[in-house]
Amino acid sequence: MQTSELIEKLSSELRPVDRRIVPHVMLAALGIGTLLAVATVCLAYGVSLDLDHSDDLGLLVLKLVFTGSIVLITFSALLKLARPGQANRMGVALVFVPFVVIALLAAPNLMSVPDAWRNGATIGRAWPECLLLIPAIATVPFALMIWALRKAAPTHLKRAGAVAGFLAGGVSASAYALSCRDASLAFVACWYTSAIAICAVLGALLGPRLLRW
Amino acid sequence: MIAAQEGDGGAFKRLLQSLRRPLWGYVAGQLTCLGHNGSEAEDILQEVLIAIHKHRHTYDPAQRFTPWAYGIARYKLLDHLRRSRAAMAALPLETAGEMATEDYLGALESRVDAERLLAILPVHSRRAMKEVKLDGLSIAESAQGHGISEAAMKVRIHRGLKAMAAALKLES
Repeated sequence: MQTSELIEKLSSELRPVDRRIVPHVMLAALGIGTLLAVATVCLAYGVSLDLDHSDDLGLLVLKLVFTGSIVLITFSALLKLARPGQANRMGVALVFVPFVVIALLAAPNLMSVPDAWRNGATIGRAWPECLLLIPAIATVPFALMIWALRKAAPTHLKRAGAVAGFLAGGVSASAYALSCRDASLAFVACWYTSAIAICAVLGALLGPRLLRW
Repeated sequence: MIAAQEGDGGAFKRLLQSLRRPLWGYVAGQLTCLGHNGSEAEDILQEVLIAIHKHRHTYDPAQRFTPWAYGIARYKLLDHLRRSRAAMAALPLETAGEMATEDYLGALESRVDAERLLAILPVHSRRAMKEVKLDGLSIAESAQGHGISEAAMKVRIHRGLKAMAAALKLES
């Protein structure tokens, strides 16, 4: 077909479009994904909130601030990646800030523990569970987010996939934090970070396949 | 673009028409930079225009328009290159070089066209044309095969070409 014919065809019967649809669909995906992740954790593992222990509560709040900030930063980066011409590296680099902060917070905590206990504090009891459950719970928010991104037009597929993985990992880690019985900052710094990194790597691998348009 | 998002077909048409040349320039420029020939540029340009239409809801009026349009063009260009590389990888290595250098489809098409035109020629003329122009014999070789002089052969070919040109003119 000639290009001028094509232009003629494309511009005839042009229907109006909703330009707010991209953020709306992505917000809906994030909301539903979070609800489903929290529901899965609550139903399957129960919420282990021991509210009498103020230490535990403090740590839970800290965990949620950590995972919540990951969710917020990755979501805003993903909103940009969803549209052509807006992908910038700065937004993606911001994603790493919470990990650096938690590592810095955990470092003195880890140093103050006697040598003999240090391994116990990092490794905790539940690390295999943490490494498996966070990516497993992340699949549903990840699938929802990919569905939402397919309504948009990401142009850097690997990057968009990785950030979607980060986001899903953050959502899943927030939900998992509600039932996680390991109460140490070092544990969070080490294993939550690893679990979320796994999600991001899987996302980067899947992105180019799932997001093509 | 904002008017186009609201459903103004006329504005969208003007937009696409004004984008056509710069986008073509961008695509063709990038293709030559990467060592491809520019023949695919028009196809890619059409894909870009279709994508601009299909994804017009993803343009955010708070942002600049040019990076959005070129973001789509860049994506479609890379997508095209990825696909053609995948197609290339599926061929055995020895033929890959040939495929890349010769315009295979173009050659095939002109061969088909030539055979069709030859069919309308008188039989002597047709054989002469086929041997010399398609199969690559020299005029002397062909003349010998037919048992005529070189000069007569040249006349036959000349008449054949004239007849074919006339037929082409009639068609168009």
